[in-house]
Amino acid sequence: MNLRIDPASPEPIFEQIVFRVKNAVAQGELGGGDRLPSVRELARDLAINPNTVARAYETLEAAGVIVRRQGAGCFVSERGSGLATSERRRRLDELVDRLVTEGFHLGYGARELRDALSERLSANPLPSKRDA
Amino acid sequence: MTLPIRFDDVHRSFGEKPVLRGLTFTVRPGEVYALLGRNGAGKTTAMRILLGFLAPLGGKSELLGCDSRRLTPQVRARVGLVSEGHALYGWMSVEEVLAFEAGTRARFELTKARALRERLGLDPRAKVGTLSRGQRAQLSLLAATCGEPEILVLDDPAMGLDAVVRRDLLGVMIDLLSDTGASVLFSTHILSDVERIADRIGILHGGRLLVDATLDDLKGRVDTCFVPNGERAALERDVPRCLAAKPRVGGHELFLVDVGDDTRRALVRFGAQAPARRAPALEDLFVELTADARPIGAGASTAQESLEVLR
Repeated sequence: MNLRIDPASPEPIFEQIVFRVKNAVAQGELGGGDRLPSVRELARDLAINPNTVARAYETLEAAGVIVRRQGAGCFVSERGSGLATSERRRRLDELVDRLVTEGFHLGYGARELRDALSERLSANPLPSKRDA
Repeated sequence: MTLPIRFDDVHRSFGEKPVLRGLTFTVRPGEVYALLGRNGAGKTTAMRILLGFLAPLGGKSELLGCDSRRLTPQVRARVGLVSEGHALYGWMSVEEVLAFEAGTRARFELTKARALRERLGLDPRAKVGTLSRGQRAQLSLLAATCGEPEILVLDDPAMGLDAVVRRDLLGVMIDLLSDTGASVLFSTHILSDVERIADRIGILHGGRLLVDATLDDLKGRVDTCFVPNGERAALERDVPRCLAAKPRVGGHELFLVDVGDDTRRALVRFGAQAPARRAPALEDLFVELTADARPIGAGASTAQESLEVLR
């Protein structure tokens, strides 16, 4: 996994790590059961504060993306978020709403938004669906 | 809970010249606190007071709950110090420095220190006086961290060092933090290092903290926006929550905190597009906030209020 971060970005470093890991899983670069670097290794590697890495891992664990096994480290979760179906659906709707709203203000209409989403999905197909 | 470091309304002057005028802040357990400020802002004075080398003229500071003016050897043994210029005895060899340090500490990982020394490529027999600035900095940090301090205080450890050596120093600090969860107070003027490692930053200016905030909070709350119309004084006065207006080609760049609808409306009046969410580089923000001799218009009170919010 190639984790790149930009410390000068307005986005907090821990959020950058959270997104990079989620993205690597969604791209199929990381699969269920894969081990993540330890907090110490990743902090060393990126030359950042280990507290920041630990915070990112906690967030990923709470979101069900990774699991922590005592003494063995952190692994990509074999299962999905573990959230109730209704809650997952609510969050998806929220994301779509955001996409549509921001897309509209960038000057895109319904067809262009639909096309952009399909293009993205065919250019970088998702790995097989995760069970909730 | 005992706070690792606490400054409470600390005052200090040298002769007629006030250096600290009510310095107040705390460092919480496991936190990495970066103290920023221009040369002469009082960073070194603050650290000397904290470590009991200099008495405050008002207020007080505490290390691990112990008044800095009455530090016991037990408390001192729990603190690692890397001083400005990396004060070490020139006649000692690298190995002697480590052995000496090990002798003054309750806990000292001599084996770990030797392994690290090897990894950094320091010759154990080399005399300190013959080491380069970067090597002295490495040795000094090695000596300070291998005593497994609960608090590490570093006074501008990166001064005069190149990027490669600075990365090595960051690595040694990161290892200490991973292994022990130590609290760190460091001063620096290299802001890219701050963005990597600091949990919280304090900007010392005029003897007090102008900003005392987490880095994420600061990043999330300060925006910049380019404005083509208006004079500097008018912008600083009439745009709500504008910290500063910096002249640019064809207009001004505004530094804004907690942008709200009132700010947006004012920006449109001055011909700006909707304010792009574009947080400033820490470096730019630092320069703006500590710039002296800015004309102080009516807007200054707004800026001052905004700064109060950031403290």
